[in-house]
Amino acid sequence: MEFEPVIGLEVHAQLATSSKLFCGCSTRYGAEANTQTCPVCLGMPGSLPVLNREAVRMAVMMGQAVEAEVRGRSVFARKNYFYPDLPKGYQISQYELPVIEHGRLRIEPDEGAPKLIGITRIHMEEDAGKSLHEGFGEGVTAIDLNRTGTPLIEIVSEPDMRSPAEAVAYLKKLHSMVRYLEICDGNMQEGSFRCDANVSIRPAGREEFGTRTELKNLNSFRNVERAIHYEMARQQEVIEDGGHVFQETRLWDADAGHTRSMRSKEEANDYRYFPDPDLLPLEVSETLVDEARSSLPELPDAKRERFMEAYGLKDYDASVLTTSRELADYYERVVATGADPKLAANWTMVELLGALNKDGTEITESPISAEDLGRLVQRIEDETISGKIAKQVFEPMYAEGADPDTIIEREGLKQITDTSAIEATVEEVIAENEAQVQQYLDGKEKVLGYFVGQVMKKTGGKANPQQVNQVVKERLDAKKG
Amino acid sequence: MALDRKTTEQMARLARLRLDPEQAADVAEDLSRILDMIDRIEEVDTAGVEPLAHPLHLAQPLRPDEVINAPDRDRLQQSAPDVLEGYFRVPRSVE
Ligand SMILES: [Zn+2]
Repeated sequence: MEFEPVIGLEVHAQLATSSKLFCGCSTRYGAEANTQTCPVCLGMPGSLPVLNREAVRMAVMMGQAVEAEVRGRSVFARKNYFYPDLPKGYQISQYELPVIEHGRLRIEPDEGAPKLIGITRIHMEEDAGKSLHEGFGEGVTAIDLNRTGTPLIEIVSEPDMRSPAEAVAYLKKLHSMVRYLEICDGNMQEGSFRCDANVSIRPAGREEFGTRTELKNLNSFRNVERAIHYEMARQQEVIEDGGHVFQETRLWDADAGHTRSMRSKEEANDYRYFPDPDLLPLEVSETLVDEARSSLPELPDAKRERFMEAYGLKDYDASVLTTSRELADYYERVVATGADPKLAANWTMVELLGALNKDGTEITESPISAEDLGRLVQRIEDETISGKIAKQVFEPMYAEGADPDTIIEREGLKQITDTSAIEATVEEVIAENEAQVQQYLDGKEKVLGYFVGQVMKKTGGKANPQQVNQVVKERLDAKKG
Repeated sequence: MALDRKTTEQMARLARLRLDPEQAADVAEDLSRILDMIDRIEEVDTAGVEPLAHPLHLAQPLRPDEVINAPDRDRLQQSAPDVLEGYFRVPRSVE
């Protein structure tokens, strides 16, 4: 039987505010344990939360970016559970009335057609602290509450994805979006962008959903894909063996390559939400909505379309170049030097991104400045060098951060466009290859390429190929008499 | 509405309260009375009445995004029973 997966994602993004959601403690990552805490985030009796306006503005921006509705009035609720890294015994979250509802996001999966994914809701909540289970003695857990109270938005999708590739495309798009908006640094290793997946399968063609499991600990795009693949296969096996899939939380173990049941989590799933009496309803004013809207940058989809229109790029190239705001800005700076947009796109995507990916370097750390890459492209356009030689120039540029003109000069890579120099070399090659000349005269026109190749070889690839072609043909044709 | 024993025990477990059987019976009785009261409230016709999340007719005040708390770990950890190298130490929380 053919099965189809039904996937929904819950994404937690830490908001890039300076202070916490309900207190004036710093949110900086990596500080010494428990140095960024106060009576509010430690849950001391008698302390009261006061909401951070900037966190609200960022949540509203996210809502606007996914074309969602911003609720004029939303409510904070307590989610009750006991865990040592949650000092109050509850997490302040939003339940019945979240700040954002009914959005959508366009994805372009690697396989399959572009698609709109529904966003059910986006709500605000506070992060928990961190538990360290190793290194503090037998049977001991050490608690660091610096992260406690850091603002999060939870972005809940509709169960609209039908393959792991779609889930990854959705997650990548959200990731790119929060970074465009500069509301989250998107760091998955440090946990500032986290993802849980709800996965079920059903026989292909059936309307009704199967029982879903919730997968946790998916801390990279690759793990999201692997975990969903694994879970689909696991559920299929259970069903084919005549069993039932249980609704449960399962932890992805990246090293073992499997998911396993987190039974301990089950009992805690009764959270007894209720409106937090310490917090009044959140009213998002017109002023705040306008402020958020006016600070929205050009978003990936709009930028992609503009790149296609203004620079004549193909959809795919425009998509790649707009994955991040930094990359898009870099590309536009290359074009701003006067370089041809299509050639500039090629050099940015193929050569530069290729080299950066190999080193694991970010575009913002590129050893080649956009201005220098633009100049290199222009040297191809003005025929100082050929495209092939340009690759030889690119390498030392990347390694040393030097500008292209210096390298071209130093390595003597300037293209030979001097007709008399080319003519002399062509004559030499003709004189050295009588047999091939005879073949040409006998009508084997293909041998022309051989002569061009020989001339290019003699000039170290520096001769202008079009010119060489022309001269070779002229000289050989002259022999036909 | 009478609260049965099983539900009472479940509530106690979620609230991390240890109840002996006699206490459990008392608590079940108290909670049942509260539920009865809720049942009476539910008889009121609330059609057209906005749900109320908070008794005060005010909106949540917002504060500017400023770090105003300086590190104060030693003082804040005074009431903690077990601290090591700035961490709170608690019984191991995973199996
Ligand atoms: Zn605090």
